[in-house]
Amino acid sequence: MAAERAMELVRELHRAAGGHLPPFRTDVLRQALEEMRALYERNQADVSEAKSGRTDLIFLIRFRHCCLLRNQRCLLAYLYDRLLRIRALRWEYGSVLPNTIQFHMSAEEVEWFSRYKKSLATYMKSVGGEEGLDLTQDIKPPKSLYIEVRCLKDHGEFEIDDGTTILLKKNSQHFLPRWKCEQLIRQGVLEHVLS
Amino acid sequence: MAAAGGDSNGDSDSEEMLLTPAQLIHSLEQAWLNEKFAPELLESKPEIIECVVEQLDHMEANLKRAKKGDLKVSVHHMEIERIRYVLSSYLRCRLVKIEKFFPHILEKEKSRAEGEPSVLSPEEFAFAKEYMANTEAYLKNVALKHMPPNLQKMSLLKSVPKPNLDSFVFLRVLEPQENILVEPETDEQREYAISLEEGSQHLIRYRTVAPLVASGAVQLI
Repeated sequence: MAAERAMELVRELHRAAGGHLPPFRTDVLRQALEEMRALYERNQADVSEAKSGRTDLIFLIRFRHCCLLRNQRCLLAYLYDRLLRIRALRWEYGSVLPNTIQFHMSAEEVEWFSRYKKSLATYMKSVGGEEGLDLTQDIKPPKSLYIEVRCLKDHGEFEIDDGTTILLKKNSQHFLPRWKCEQLIRQGVLEHVLS
Repeated sequence: MAAAGGDSNGDSDSEEMLLTPAQLIHSLEQAWLNEKFAPELLESKPEIIECVVEQLDHMEANLKRAKKGDLKVSVHHMEIERIRYVLSSYLRCRLVKIEKFFPHILEKEKSRAEGEPSVLSPEEFAFAKEYMANTEAYLKNVALKHMPPNLQKMSLLKSVPKPNLDSFVFLRVLEPQENILVEPETDEQREYAISLEEGSQHLIRYRTVAPLVASGAVQLI
Protein backbone atom coordinates (compact mmCIF):
# COMPACT_ATOMS: atom_id res chain seq x y z
CA MET A 1 0.00 0.00 0.00
CA ALA A 2 2.71 2.47 0.93
CA ALA A 3 3.93 3.35 -2.53
CA GLU A 4 5.54 -0.02 -3.13
CA ARG A 5 4.73 -0.06 -6.83
CA ALA A 6 6.20 3.35 -7.41
CA MET A 7 9.27 2.41 -5.42
CA GLU A 8 9.63 -0.69 -7.55
CA LEU A 9 9.87 1.51 -10.64
CA VAL A 10 12.51 3.75 -9.10
CA ARG A 11 14.46 0.76 -7.89
CA GLU A 12 14.40 -0.81 -11.31
CA LEU A 13 15.90 2.32 -12.88
CA HIS A 14 18.44 2.52 -10.13
CA ARG A 15 19.56 -1.03 -10.83
CA ALA A 16 19.83 -0.42 -14.57
CA ALA A 17 22.99 1.62 -14.18
CA GLY A 18 25.09 3.23 -16.85
CA GLY A 19 22.32 5.04 -18.68
CA HIS A 20 20.73 1.80 -19.87
CA LEU A 21 17.04 2.17 -20.70
CA PRO A 22 14.84 -0.65 -19.39
CA PRO A 23 11.40 -1.26 -20.94
CA PHE A 24 8.68 1.19 -19.98
CA ARG A 25 6.43 -0.40 -17.36
CA THR A 26 2.98 0.73 -18.33
CA ASP A 27 1.25 -1.82 -16.13
CA VAL A 28 3.13 -0.94 -12.96
CA LEU A 29 2.60 2.75 -13.62
CA ARG A 30 -1.11 2.12 -14.00
CA GLN A 31 -1.24 0.08 -10.81
CA ALA A 32 0.54 2.80 -8.90
CA LEU A 33 -1.90 5.39 -10.21
CA GLU A 34 -4.79 3.15 -9.20
CA GLU A 35 -3.31 2.81 -5.73
CA MET A 36 -3.22 6.57 -5.51
CA ARG A 37 -6.84 6.81 -6.55
CA ALA A 38 -7.87 4.25 -3.92
CA LEU A 39 -5.91 6.06 -1.21
CA TYR A 40 -7.46 9.34 -2.23
CA GLU A 41 -11.00 7.99 -2.18
CA ARG A 42 -10.59 6.45 1.25
CA ASN A 43 -9.13 9.67 2.51
CA GLN A 44 -12.08 11.62 1.15
CA ALA A 45 -14.47 9.30 2.93
CA ASP A 46 -12.54 9.54 6.19
CA VAL A 47 -12.29 13.31 5.97
CA SER A 48 -16.04 13.66 6.04
CA GLU A 49 -16.16 11.26 9.00
CA ALA A 50 -13.51 13.23 10.80
CA LYS A 51 -15.46 16.41 10.26
CA SER A 52 -18.39 14.88 12.03
CA GLY A 53 -16.37 14.27 15.15
CA ARG A 54 -14.06 11.27 14.69
CA THR A 55 -10.78 13.05 15.34
CA ASP A 56 -8.89 9.79 15.77
CA LEU A 57 -8.97 9.42 11.99
CA ILE A 58 -6.81 12.45 11.39
CA PHE A 59 -3.56 10.52 11.83
CA LEU A 60 -4.66 7.93 9.33
CA ILE A 61 -5.57 10.65 6.85
CA ARG A 62 -2.19 12.25 7.29
CA PHE A 63 -0.45 8.97 6.79
CA ARG A 64 -2.35 8.31 3.60
CA HIS A 65 -1.57 11.76 2.35
CA CYS A 66 2.13 11.14 2.90
CA CYS A 67 1.81 7.94 0.90
CA LEU A 68 0.17 9.89 -1.88
CA LEU A 69 2.98 12.43 -1.92
CA ARG A 70 5.56 9.69 -1.93
CA ASN A 71 3.80 8.00 -4.81
CA GLN A 72 3.72 11.20 -6.78
CA ARG A 73 7.35 11.88 -6.15
CA CYS A 74 8.51 8.40 -7.07
CA LEU A 75 6.48 8.27 -10.25
CA LEU A 76 7.70 11.63 -11.45
CA ALA A 77 11.27 10.74 -10.60
CA TYR A 78 10.87 7.57 -12.64
CA LEU A 79 9.50 9.39 -15.66
CA TYR A 80 11.96 12.28 -15.47
CA ASP A 81 14.98 10.04 -15.10
CA ARG A 82 13.90 8.09 -18.15
CA LEU A 83 13.67 11.32 -20.11
CA LEU A 84 17.24 12.16 -19.13
CA ARG A 85 18.40 8.77 -20.31
CA ILE A 86 16.57 9.15 -23.60
CA ARG A 87 18.13 12.56 -24.02
CA ALA A 88 21.59 11.08 -23.58
CA LEU A 89 20.78 8.57 -26.32
CA ARG A 90 20.17 11.40 -28.78
CA TRP A 91 23.76 12.48 -28.30
CA GLU A 92 25.10 8.98 -28.49
CA TYR A 93 23.25 7.53 -31.45
CA GLY A 94 22.22 10.56 -33.46
CA SER A 95 18.66 11.37 -34.44
CA VAL A 96 17.61 7.81 -35.33
CA LEU A 97 17.58 5.40 -32.43
CA PRO A 98 18.20 1.68 -32.88
CA ASN A 99 15.06 -0.44 -32.89
CA THR A 100 15.94 -2.30 -29.73
CA ILE A 101 15.89 0.95 -27.78
CA GLN A 102 12.75 2.32 -29.43
CA PHE A 103 11.05 -0.89 -28.42
CA HIS A 104 11.64 0.04 -24.78
CA MET A 105 10.08 3.48 -25.06
CA SER A 106 6.44 4.39 -24.53
CA ALA A 107 4.52 6.26 -27.23
CA GLU A 108 4.65 9.46 -25.17
CA GLU A 109 8.37 9.11 -24.72
CA VAL A 110 8.82 8.76 -28.46
CA GLU A 111 6.84 11.95 -28.88
CA TRP A 112 8.94 13.77 -26.28
CA PHE A 113 12.06 12.54 -28.02
CA SER A 114 10.99 13.80 -31.42
CA ARG A 115 10.17 17.21 -29.94
CA TYR A 116 13.52 17.28 -28.23
CA LYS A 117 15.23 16.43 -31.50
CA LYS A 118 13.40 19.26 -33.18
CA SER A 119 14.36 21.88 -30.59
CA LEU A 120 17.94 20.73 -30.68
CA ALA A 121 18.04 20.84 -34.48
CA THR A 122 16.59 24.35 -34.48
CA TYR A 123 19.19 25.43 -31.98
CA MET A 124 22.09 23.89 -33.86
CA LYS A 125 20.95 25.47 -37.09
CA SER A 126 20.80 28.91 -35.48
CA VAL A 127 24.40 28.93 -34.26
CA GLY A 128 27.49 29.02 -36.35
CA GLY A 129 26.87 30.66 -39.68
CA GLU A 130 24.61 29.62 -42.52
CA GLU A 131 24.72 25.86 -42.25
CA GLY A 132 24.68 25.77 -38.48
CA LEU A 133 27.02 23.80 -36.31
CA ASP A 134 26.48 20.14 -35.59
CA LEU A 135 27.24 19.99 -31.89
CA THR A 136 26.96 16.22 -31.80
CA GLN A 137 30.16 16.08 -33.83
CA ASP A 138 33.61 16.75 -32.41
CA ILE A 139 32.77 15.10 -29.12
CA LYS A 140 36.38 14.28 -28.39
CA PRO A 141 39.29 16.65 -28.84
CA PRO A 142 40.98 15.99 -32.17
CA LYS A 143 44.28 14.20 -31.81
CA SER A 144 45.26 13.87 -35.43
CA LEU A 145 43.96 14.82 -38.84
CA TYR A 146 43.91 11.34 -40.26
CA ILE A 147 42.63 8.19 -38.66
CA GLU A 148 42.79 4.56 -39.62
CA VAL A 149 39.43 3.06 -40.46
CA ARG A 150 38.20 -0.35 -41.52
CA CYS A 151 35.20 -0.86 -43.80
CA LEU A 152 32.44 -2.96 -42.37
CA LYS A 153 30.23 -2.87 -45.47
CA ASP A 154 30.61 -2.27 -49.19
CA HIS A 155 29.95 1.42 -49.61
CA GLY A 156 31.13 2.08 -53.16
CA GLU A 157 33.32 4.96 -54.22
CA PHE A 158 34.05 7.79 -51.85
CA GLU A 159 35.58 11.10 -52.72
CA ILE A 160 37.92 12.91 -50.37
CA ASP A 161 38.59 16.61 -50.26
CA ASP A 162 41.55 16.67 -52.61
CA GLY A 163 39.52 15.07 -55.40
CA THR A 164 40.84 11.54 -55.29
CA THR A 165 38.30 8.78 -54.99
CA ILE A 166 38.78 5.56 -53.12
CA LEU A 167 36.78 2.38 -53.14
CA LEU A 168 35.29 1.46 -49.80
CA LYS A 169 35.19 -2.32 -49.92
CA LYS A 170 34.29 -4.57 -47.06
CA ASN A 171 37.24 -5.38 -44.78
CA SER A 172 39.57 -2.94 -46.50
CA GLN A 173 41.52 -0.51 -44.35
CA HIS A 174 42.13 3.15 -45.13
CA PHE A 175 43.86 6.13 -43.71
CA LEU A 176 41.39 8.97 -44.11
CA PRO A 177 40.76 12.50 -42.89
CA ARG A 178 38.78 12.36 -39.67
CA TRP A 179 36.18 14.96 -40.59
CA LYS A 180 35.15 12.96 -43.63
CA CYS A 181 34.75 9.75 -41.68
CA GLU A 182 32.84 10.76 -38.59
CA GLN A 183 29.47 10.48 -40.30
CA LEU A 184 30.27 7.10 -41.87
CA ILE A 185 31.56 5.73 -38.60
CA ARG A 186 28.32 6.65 -36.94
CA GLN A 187 26.32 5.03 -39.73
CA GLY A 188 28.26 1.85 -39.15
CA VAL A 189 29.96 1.81 -42.54
CA LEU A 190 33.42 2.41 -41.14
CA GLU A 191 35.05 1.39 -37.92
CA HIS A 192 37.80 3.36 -36.24
CA VAL A 193 40.81 1.10 -35.81
CA LEU A 194 42.54 1.78 -32.55
CA SER A 195 45.99 0.35 -32.39
CA MET B 1 43.63 37.67 -41.30
CA ALA B 2 42.34 40.38 -39.03
CA ALA B 3 39.14 39.61 -37.24
CA ALA B 4 37.18 42.67 -36.32
CA GLY B 5 34.93 41.94 -33.38
CA GLY B 6 32.27 44.40 -34.39
CA ASP B 7 28.65 44.54 -33.33
CA SER B 8 28.09 43.16 -29.87
CA ASN B 9 24.34 43.02 -30.27
CA GLY B 10 23.40 46.42 -29.03
CA ASP B 11 22.65 46.54 -25.36
CA SER B 12 25.21 46.96 -22.59
CA ASP B 13 28.71 46.86 -24.05
CA SER B 14 28.52 48.82 -27.24
CA GLU B 15 32.20 49.66 -27.39
CA GLU B 16 33.89 48.34 -30.50
CA MET B 17 36.56 45.81 -29.75
CA LEU B 18 39.24 44.89 -32.15
CA LEU B 19 40.86 41.55 -31.58
CA THR B 20 43.56 39.70 -33.36
CA PRO B 21 42.64 36.08 -34.14
CA ALA B 22 44.96 34.92 -31.38
CA GLN B 23 43.22 37.12 -28.81
CA LEU B 24 39.87 35.96 -30.07
CA ILE B 25 40.76 32.30 -29.65
CA HIS B 26 42.21 33.08 -26.25
CA SER B 27 38.98 34.68 -25.12
CA LEU B 28 37.01 31.72 -26.46
CA GLU B 29 39.22 29.37 -24.49
CA GLN B 30 38.74 31.47 -21.37
CA ALA B 31 34.97 31.43 -21.74
CA TRP B 32 35.09 27.70 -22.41
CA LEU B 33 37.13 26.87 -19.32
CA ASN B 34 35.06 29.12 -17.10
CA GLU B 35 31.88 27.54 -18.38
CA LYS B 36 33.27 24.05 -17.91
CA PHE B 37 34.22 24.55 -14.29
CA ALA B 38 31.54 26.92 -13.00
CA PRO B 39 28.59 25.18 -11.36
CA GLU B 40 26.05 27.60 -12.79
CA LEU B 41 25.37 28.89 -16.29
CA LEU B 42 27.50 31.94 -17.05
CA GLU B 43 26.61 34.89 -19.21
CA SER B 44 26.47 34.06 -22.90
CA LYS B 45 29.14 35.50 -25.17
CA PRO B 46 27.41 36.00 -28.51
CA GLU B 47 30.06 38.31 -29.89
CA ILE B 48 32.88 35.82 -29.32
CA ILE B 49 30.92 32.99 -30.89
CA GLU B 50 29.99 35.09 -33.88
CA CYS B 51 33.60 36.14 -34.47
CA VAL B 52 34.93 32.61 -34.08
CA VAL B 53 32.43 31.29 -36.58
CA GLU B 54 33.42 34.03 -39.01
CA GLN B 55 37.05 33.25 -38.43
CA LEU B 56 36.48 29.56 -39.10
CA ASP B 57 34.65 30.31 -42.35
CA HIS B 58 37.42 32.63 -43.33
CA MET B 59 40.12 30.06 -42.64
CA GLU B 60 38.25 27.40 -44.55
CA ALA B 61 37.83 29.68 -47.54
CA ASN B 62 41.56 30.44 -47.43
CA LEU B 63 42.38 26.75 -47.32
CA LYS B 64 40.30 26.05 -50.40
CA ARG B 65 42.45 28.50 -52.32
CA ALA B 66 45.67 27.01 -51.07
CA LYS B 67 47.93 24.85 -53.21
CA LYS B 68 47.49 21.12 -53.10
CA GLY B 69 49.95 19.08 -51.13
CA ASP B 70 51.26 22.07 -49.24
CA LEU B 71 52.45 21.06 -45.81
CA LYS B 72 50.94 24.16 -44.28
CA VAL B 73 47.48 23.08 -45.39
CA SER B 74 47.34 20.17 -43.01
CA VAL B 75 48.62 22.27 -40.14
CA HIS B 76 45.90 24.83 -40.74
CA HIS B 77 43.33 22.08 -41.06
CA MET B 78 44.30 20.77 -37.68
CA GLU B 79 43.96 24.26 -36.28
CA ILE B 80 40.44 24.56 -37.67
CA GLU B 81 39.50 21.21 -36.19
CA ARG B 82 40.82 22.26 -32.81
CA ILE B 83 38.99 25.56 -32.79
CA ARG B 84 35.80 23.90 -33.89
CA TYR B 85 36.13 21.39 -31.10
CA VAL B 86 36.50 24.11 -28.47
CA LEU B 87 33.53 26.01 -29.88
CA SER B 88 31.30 22.92 -30.01
CA SER B 89 32.37 21.82 -26.59
CA TYR B 90 31.63 25.27 -25.18
CA LEU B 91 28.14 25.39 -26.65
CA ARG B 92 27.48 21.79 -25.65
CA CYS B 93 28.50 22.51 -22.11
CA ARG B 94 26.02 25.39 -21.98
CA LEU B 95 23.24 23.22 -23.40
CA VAL B 96 23.89 20.55 -20.79
CA LYS B 97 23.59 23.15 -18.05
CA ILE B 98 20.44 24.58 -19.57
CA GLU B 99 18.86 21.15 -19.67
CA LYS B 100 19.93 20.41 -16.14
CA PHE B 101 18.76 23.63 -14.51
CA PHE B 102 16.10 24.85 -16.94
CA PRO B 103 13.42 25.85 -14.40
CA HIS B 104 15.88 27.97 -12.42
CA ILE B 105 17.44 29.55 -15.47
CA LEU B 106 14.06 30.47 -16.93
CA GLU B 107 12.92 31.81 -13.57
CA LYS B 108 16.00 34.01 -13.36
CA GLU B 109 15.37 35.17 -16.90
CA LYS B 110 11.82 36.14 -15.96
CA SER B 111 12.89 38.21 -12.98
CA ARG B 112 15.72 39.85 -14.89
CA ALA B 113 15.60 43.63 -14.79
CA GLU B 114 15.27 45.60 -17.98
CA GLY B 115 18.68 46.34 -19.49
CA GLU B 116 20.49 43.73 -17.45
CA PRO B 117 22.30 41.33 -19.78
CA SER B 118 20.72 37.91 -20.10
CA VAL B 119 22.64 34.73 -19.35
CA LEU B 120 20.96 33.11 -22.33
CA SER B 121 21.41 33.93 -25.98
CA PRO B 122 18.08 34.29 -27.86
CA GLU B 123 18.59 30.86 -29.42
CA GLU B 124 19.32 29.27 -26.07
CA PHE B 125 16.29 30.99 -24.58
CA ALA B 126 14.07 29.53 -27.29
CA PHE B 127 15.59 26.12 -26.70
CA ALA B 128 15.12 26.30 -22.93
CA LYS B 129 11.49 27.36 -23.29
CA GLU B 130 10.72 24.53 -25.69
CA TYR B 131 12.48 22.05 -23.45
CA MET B 132 10.49 23.18 -20.43
CA ALA B 133 7.15 23.11 -22.26
CA ASN B 134 7.89 19.71 -23.74
CA THR B 135 8.87 18.15 -20.44
CA GLU B 136 5.97 19.67 -18.55
CA ALA B 137 3.48 18.49 -21.15
CA TYR B 138 4.93 15.01 -21.05
CA LEU B 139 4.75 14.65 -17.27
CA LYS B 140 1.25 16.05 -17.23
CA ASN B 141 0.03 13.69 -19.93
CA VAL B 142 1.55 10.51 -18.62
CA ALA B 143 1.13 10.81 -14.89
CA LEU B 144 -0.12 14.03 -13.36
CA LYS B 145 -3.51 14.16 -15.01
CA HIS B 146 -4.28 10.66 -13.76
CA MET B 147 -3.49 11.57 -10.20
CA PRO B 148 -6.00 12.76 -7.58
CA PRO B 149 -7.03 16.41 -8.06
CA ASN B 150 -4.99 17.76 -5.15
CA LEU B 151 -1.78 16.24 -6.53
CA GLN B 152 -2.02 17.28 -10.15
CA LYS B 153 0.11 20.35 -9.71
CA MET B 154 3.83 20.07 -9.49
CA SER B 155 6.47 22.72 -9.51
CA LEU B 156 9.51 21.90 -11.61
CA LEU B 157 11.23 24.75 -9.84
CA LYS B 158 11.06 22.81 -6.61
CA SER B 159 11.73 19.35 -8.01
CA VAL B 160 14.71 20.03 -10.26
CA PRO B 161 17.93 20.54 -8.29
CA LYS B 162 19.54 23.97 -8.20
CA PRO B 163 23.12 24.57 -9.25
CA ASN B 164 25.33 24.12 -6.22
CA LEU B 165 27.00 27.50 -5.82
CA ASP B 166 28.86 26.31 -2.74
CA SER B 167 30.99 23.88 -4.67
CA PHE B 168 34.70 24.57 -4.73
CA VAL B 169 36.56 25.74 -7.81
CA PHE B 170 40.21 26.17 -8.73
CA LEU B 171 41.11 29.54 -10.09
CA ARG B 172 44.00 31.62 -11.30
CA VAL B 173 44.01 35.36 -10.66
CA LEU B 174 44.33 37.58 -13.71
CA GLU B 175 43.77 40.96 -12.08
CA PRO B 176 44.83 41.53 -8.47
CA GLN B 177 41.94 41.88 -6.00
CA GLU B 178 41.82 43.13 -2.48
CA ASN B 179 39.43 42.59 0.38
CA ILE B 180 37.43 39.71 -0.93
CA LEU B 181 35.07 38.70 1.86
CA VAL B 182 35.00 34.98 2.51
CA GLU B 183 31.87 33.80 4.24
CA PRO B 184 32.28 31.50 7.22
CA GLU B 185 31.78 27.83 6.58
CA THR B 186 30.92 26.83 10.13
CA ASP B 187 29.39 28.80 12.97
CA GLU B 188 32.65 29.06 14.89
CA GLN B 189 34.48 30.82 12.09
CA ARG B 190 34.13 34.49 11.35
CA GLU B 191 33.95 36.26 8.08
CA TYR B 192 37.38 37.30 6.88
CA ALA B 193 38.87 39.13 3.94
CA ILE B 194 41.57 37.92 1.61
CA SER B 195 43.54 39.55 -1.17
CA LEU B 196 44.22 37.78 -4.41
CA GLU B 197 47.61 38.38 -5.99
CA GLU B 198 48.00 38.33 -9.70
CA GLY B 199 49.07 34.95 -11.00
CA SER B 200 48.32 33.14 -7.74
CA GLN B 201 46.08 30.08 -7.69
CA HIS B 202 43.36 29.31 -5.20
CA LEU B 203 40.79 26.74 -4.26
CA ILE B 204 37.71 28.54 -3.07
CA ARG B 205 33.95 28.35 -2.94
CA TYR B 206 32.34 29.43 -6.19
CA ARG B 207 29.83 31.73 -4.47
CA THR B 208 32.64 33.91 -3.14
CA VAL B 209 34.25 34.52 -6.50
CA ALA B 210 31.24 34.40 -8.82
CA PRO B 211 31.31 38.17 -9.52
CA LEU B 212 35.04 37.97 -10.30
CA VAL B 213 34.50 35.13 -12.74
CA ALA B 214 31.80 37.14 -14.45
CA SER B 215 34.01 40.21 -14.74
CA GLY B 216 36.97 38.21 -16.01
CA ALA B 217 39.25 39.10 -13.11
CA VAL B 218 39.89 35.44 -12.37
CA GLN B 219 40.10 32.39 -14.58
CA LEU B 220 38.75 29.02 -13.49
CA ILE B 221 41.18 26.19 -14.09
